[in-house]
Amino acid sequence: MKCLKFLLRKEIIQFRRNKFLPRLIFAFPILIMLIAPIVANMEVRGVNVAFVDCDHSAISRRVLSHLNASKHFMVKQVTADYLLAYGLLEAGRVDVIVSIPEGFEKSIMGGIVPKIKVDANAINATKGMLGSQYIMMTIASALSEVAAENGLSMSADSDPASVRYFYNETLDYRFYMIPAFIIILIQLVCCFIPALNLVLEKEKGTIEQINVTPVSRLEFTLSKLIPYWIIGLVVLTEGILTVGLVYGLWPVGSTGAIYLAAILFTFAMSGFAVTIANGSDTMQQSIFVLFFFVMIFMLMSGMLTPLGSMPRWAQWITVVFPPRYFIAILRAVYLKGTTVLELGVDYLALAGFAVVFCMVAALTYCKQE
Amino acid sequence: MQIRLSAFIRKEMLHILRDKRTMLVVLVIPVMLILLFGFTVTTDVNNINVAVCAPNRCHAVSESVNRLVFSSYFRFKGYVDAADIDMTLRTGKAAAVVVFAADYATSGLFQLILDGADVNTASTSQAYLQHVILGEKARQSLFEMHQLYNPQMKSAFNFVPGIMGMIFLLICAMMTSVSIVKEKEVGTMEVLLVSPVKPAYIIISKMVPYLLLSCIDLATILLLARFVLDVPLAGGVWGIVGISVLYLVLSLALGMMVSNMARSQIVALLISAMVMMMPVLFFSGLMFPIENLPWALRWISYVIPARWYIDAMRKLMIEGVAFIGVMLEFGILLGQTLLLIAVSTKKFNDRLE
Amino acid sequence: MDNVIEVRNLTKRFGSFTAVDAISFEVPKGEIFGFLGANGAGKTTAIRMLCGLSFPTEGSGTVAGFDIMTQGEQIKRHIGYMSQRFSLYGDLTVFENMQLFGGIYGMSEKQIAARAAELLEKVQFSGHRNDLVGSLPLGWKQKLAFLVATVHNPEIVFLDEPTGGVDPITRRQFWTMIREAASSGTTIFVTTHYMDEAGYCNRVSIMMDGRIKALDTPSVLMKEYKAESMNEVFVKLCR
Repeated sequence: MKCLKFLLRKEIIQFRRNKFLPRLIFAFPILIMLIAPIVANMEVRGVNVAFVDCDHSAISRRVLSHLNASKHFMVKQVTADYLLAYGLLEAGRVDVIVSIPEGFEKSIMGGIVPKIKVDANAINATKGMLGSQYIMMTIASALSEVAAENGLSMSADSDPASVRYFYNETLDYRFYMIPAFIIILIQLVCCFIPALNLVLEKEKGTIEQINVTPVSRLEFTLSKLIPYWIIGLVVLTEGILTVGLVYGLWPVGSTGAIYLAAILFTFAMSGFAVTIANGSDTMQQSIFVLFFFVMIFMLMSGMLTPLGSMPRWAQWITVVFPPRYFIAILRAVYLKGTTVLELGVDYLALAGFAVVFCMVAALTYCKQE
Repeated sequence: MQIRLSAFIRKEMLHILRDKRTMLVVLVIPVMLILLFGFTVTTDVNNINVAVCAPNRCHAVSESVNRLVFSSYFRFKGYVDAADIDMTLRTGKAAAVVVFAADYATSGLFQLILDGADVNTASTSQAYLQHVILGEKARQSLFEMHQLYNPQMKSAFNFVPGIMGMIFLLICAMMTSVSIVKEKEVGTMEVLLVSPVKPAYIIISKMVPYLLLSCIDLATILLLARFVLDVPLAGGVWGIVGISVLYLVLSLALGMMVSNMARSQIVALLISAMVMMMPVLFFSGLMFPIENLPWALRWISYVIPARWYIDAMRKLMIEGVAFIGVMLEFGILLGQTLLLIAVSTKKFNDRLE
Repeated sequence: MDNVIEVRNLTKRFGSFTAVDAISFEVPKGEIFGFLGANGAGKTTAIRMLCGLSFPTEGSGTVAGFDIMTQGEQIKRHIGYMSQRFSLYGDLTVFENMQLFGGIYGMSEKQIAARAAELLEKVQFSGHRNDLVGSLPLGWKQKLAFLVATVHNPEIVFLDEPTGGVDPITRRQFWTMIREAASSGTTIFVTTHYMDEAGYCNRVSIMMDGRIKALDTPSVLMKEYKAESMNEVFVKLCR
């Protein structure tokens, strides 16, 4: 293991002398984490509404004024013509149509609850779902006001359920997304850079000068992994500090638990990347293959969309994705303060990947053809 | 001049055809990604783990729990004590706990405690849970809901145009930028430059083969989207193909631009694969709604080509808007393409002097 | 005298193409052994097998007493290698390259510093100790590659086309370095396609299409082929 010191020194000098990489690694994460919380705002705002009023009653006007008052909605059109509203929906000018049927007020006063029709453009499923949910809540509160004033009883206001959200009471989407962005950054850095670095040595031929020395495969592989392990932790620290200092969101759980998971994760990912690089002849090949996996990891590990929403077979595939465990750990520790012991299985899985990928990376590195 | 241009194009074609592994990778990867994501990436919520806390397991409670067990949205994770609710949520054993009041049979009162750390799941499962637990009672609802265009709320539809926009942009940019920078690194670019061919032709000859390659990708993806993923392609195939090819040219030109800035393959690839990935993810409307952005960031989103392409493709593929309806997006993409080609050709020429 | 390289029927095939076809030879300790041949004759493939970079398809042999089939890693402890393609790290300085490779061979920092100073002094390059290797002219790069290949005082040094593309004066200096190293007991195995360089070697072999066509001292070969120079020998062999 004596060579390792010299190999690492070489990697560090090369990294320092590079004009692009140090800047990238310092500036890129900070920039991304500054913007990410602003972007990751899935709060449904500015839903454009067409209000079809066939009733022209006091109640329908009351509903309209409630919709107007809400910050979630922009009432773009008030009309009695459903087809006109539908045309607007088709043209993408409005997202939701609310239709109050004729004789609505009369039925309510008569104690019957008529139906209000809500048509939502569901192309964006989140917006469609949440938008129509907000609409229903707003209308229900308007109607219960009316009902209270008139001494009527309505089924809509006697809600038997009370709801509490733990850990994130206001359901702030930023809290949910920040761990995901930190992971995406670590993953990009720890996948692309070590792989390109190794294939560069192949393309330049410098690896041959190493292959002809008695250096062991494990030592050389470790010299390619350890720097990115450190860089991964730097990226993590940058992310935590940026989000903490600028947005005031600090991890609830222990920082040690986060770094422990990050160490295992960076080892697993860079080991994986080096394995791919060992099998590639050109940078182009290695980056395309890695791009494939990075995209899959990003979109299928439960970072951006819920794991549970995927079909069962796809969920089974994700068992072999290291980011799946890291995102579970990071979200739990960051937002809920879960401890290492409580997440034992996830930590073990990550540790397993770290060991396996590093071994595979060392074994697939071929000194003699 | 025509003969020379075709000679150059032939040379580039040979590069690509000879390198079978790279070609395979370029042809297979985008298709695999679209297929996988088409089937798997949705924001709808399914299979939510739910635990129940019921101090009094009366008949009414077990009736409600039965409805939970048989609902496709939920996975019933068993009963927990009131003291363990926090632990259950914190360790992620369940995403929600339903707490029934002791007098549930008479009062019908219950409480939903949800893991707010997972915002998506929490907000949607709340609505579903209430619905399922109330059972019959919920039917007397005031509203009649219609989800248009995408009645099953399948977000696959929503993601296909988005993912196409992201993958085409990045892969095309990676292909052209690296192939030019590699020639610079190896020194073969100088050989091309001393030949009497116009620099613009060198650029064209680099772009044409990759354009053909990505058109094969495009065709495969559209066929898969139509026949495997059941995306309607309602706005007419020619409009979709037209705007997509324009977008491919734009992406290749973007790669050209990157190659002007980068001196080494590493830098070219890191810029086109890593640095560009984040703005596309942030500002294209793929994941996060653009209308929520503050104005400064919204201006950034205007210069991201993926945003216009994804917008147009959603309209054409899903909403069934005719091509006329995406003229604005088409115009902007065309403008961006011309600008990119002009600037990168200019820069390419500047380098020679 | 002991043979440090012994090879019997060494063969390397790539698919249906035979790059090296059953070559046999031995090199005694302290010799400068010239491995001559045209471009593409199989010299580099042969040298890569001897250095443990590539497995032979057939044949047997030992380098520094170790089996080339099974003990590649042990061989690597006893040899130095200079590749045909310049393969030092261009973004490291002259000294940092020496330090890296010295360190890999298990030398201490102190030993490396002393050895580097000694080597650089010998070629009057001490002033460029901290220059980036990538910025050096080609001739110096090649000399430096040789120094790095010998930084750990290996028993055998393999040089693959060390003088390719180098000006005549530097070539002569280069051969002075090689002979100095040989006089201190290091065995030199050198490939070249400059036939005039054969005169610097104790013995030469001439390789053609993967086979060794001639092997002896340059003077014996010239006599045998009734030639004035090695160039002539080579041309006659080609016929």
